Amino acid sequence: MSGLSLIAHDRPDAIVAWRGGVPISAARFLAEVRALAARLPASNHVLNFCSDRYRFAVGLAASLVTGKCSILPSTHTPEMIRHLRAFAPDVFCLSDDPRCPLALPHLLYVEPALPAGDGAPFTVPQIDAAQLAAYVFTSGSSGAPLPHAKSWGRLVQCVRAEVTRLPMSGLEGCAVLGTVPAQHMYGFESSVLLPLQSGSALYAERPFFPADIAAALAAVPAPRILVSTPVHLRALLTAEQALPPLALIISATAMLPANLARDVESRYGAPLLEIYGSTETGQMASRRTALEDRWRLWPGVRLTVTDVHCTAHGGHIARTIALADVLEPTDDEHFLLHGRTADLVNIAGKRSSLAYLNHHLNAIPGVTDAVFFVRDDSEASLAGVTRLGALVVAPKLDAASILQALRQRIDPVFLPRPLLLVEHLPRNATGKLPQHTLRALTAQAAVLQPNLFA
Amino acid sequence: MSEQALPKLTPPPLDTLVLEREIAQLIVKGLNLPMQPDEIDPEAPLYGEGLGLDSIDILEIALIVSKQYGIQLRADNQENTRIFRSLRQFAKYVAEQRVK
Repeated sequence: MSGLSLIAHDRPDAIVAWRGGVPISAARFLAEVRALAARLPASNHVLNFCSDRYRFAVGLAASLVTGKCSILPSTHTPEMIRHLRAFAPDVFCLSDDPRCPLALPHLLYVEPALPAGDGAPFTVPQIDAAQLAAYVFTSGSSGAPLPHAKSWGRLVQCVRAEVTRLPMSGLEGCAVLGTVPAQHMYGFESSVLLPLQSGSALYAERPFFPADIAAALAAVPAPRILVSTPVHLRALLTAEQALPPLALIISATAMLPANLARDVESRYGAPLLEIYGSTETGQMASRRTALEDRWRLWPGVRLTVTDVHCTAHGGHIARTIALADVLEPTDDEHFLLHGRTADLVNIAGKRSSLAYLNHHLNAIPGVTDAVFFVRDDSEASLAGVTRLGALVVAPKLDAASILQALRQRIDPVFLPRPLLLVEHLPRNATGKLPQHTLRALTAQAAVLQPNLFA
Repeated sequence: MSEQALPKLTPPPLDTLVLEREIAQLIVKGLNLPMQPDEIDPEAPLYGEGLGLDSIDILEIALIVSKQYGIQLRADNQENTRIFRSLRQFAKYVAEQRVK
């Protein structure tokens, strides 16, 4: 089995990260990885909950060199944590927050006291390509999260493929700023693995407000790369936020309209590359949205389309994966994207299935029947996010207590607005609630409770 | 357990209340919240429990106050922003910082 380098940086003074405008060298990074690796407990599974992206990277690297698998769920609700403990009973949480609320054994990230230059030779650890690096999770219709194994070799192959699709010949010397969490598949790949495997530097900070994004970018020298999402890009434009010069903008997690891409490119004078992917496949295709509609698959990835669904395989994708979207191949390497299959929802880049959400809503004690619906009446908000609503039959409960129970189970972005209490849901003989019935009920509820749809 | 005198809560001045009302209206409309502006408890937390806003909403609010009041919101950590502790706190912050 062949080993692959933990990092592509080949000199001890190469910059691996920036924090508060201060560079962190590869030598320092590897020394911190060694120090943390020595502190990790014996278990095989780590839930890496560090919000500082540098510490996340050190945690990831320390786990890799000690053969531990990183557990990366997309949400950290109490219900998800319970599932993860059942999935991997020895899982512990690595966190940089002493007040971390997760119900798991904790290891607190502590800045090690290291001598400046301990004279150790600069040796980059080699990680076996077949080593299980991480489990990521999607929402299953039974309500339990589904695990997807990611080997180190496949992760590296994916981000090396990403580099070949960027409009520059290499990323050495670039700084990569992400507005996305390191724990989400896209953030994991583009804001952590991409810098580590391309010899560029990641930002420790994860800025949120437009003014913070600008300040973080301004704190480091060019060239700078912004890894973000349609929600944040829209926010930057709406806020008319000035940014320092950028070499590249990357967007993913939800479809970016072409006119928004053109506005972003024109405003910030940088090319915008949009990435298509999923938790199961990882990143797998990209396009220059401002210029064309077609997506180009990552090297080696192939699509197969039947009446029922579209699957992807090959390249860095370990096995054939059914995709959540409707794709139309235009040739062996390109496709058009036509939107989601009916059950799946994407809110601000977080994906779930209505079946999964409905399972959790109906599992709440006191709820006798309930259904989520996608609001198509909501005006696009400034950040372009639509929400879900829900119809609930729960004679003894109020909306507030149902929401509180839901909050324990599902990611907050999926909480229904509004949650409408109704007397019953007119399901048909097979137990289904047909779309037209649901729409009629929702419209009826809107009439009866008009202030709730204000 | 010894008795401690509770701090005296003085109601905020009238112009702060007017700003609170204005901000409540902007938030309810801008976020499509299922309630009337005057149903928002001015002392309840905005983020998480209480009003039940999530981080996307906080970003929306940042855009709203940027357009309306010319304020650029900043935060070290999006989840722990003191100013979102309540509508009242937020209105006080806006009153101090507004340029429009």
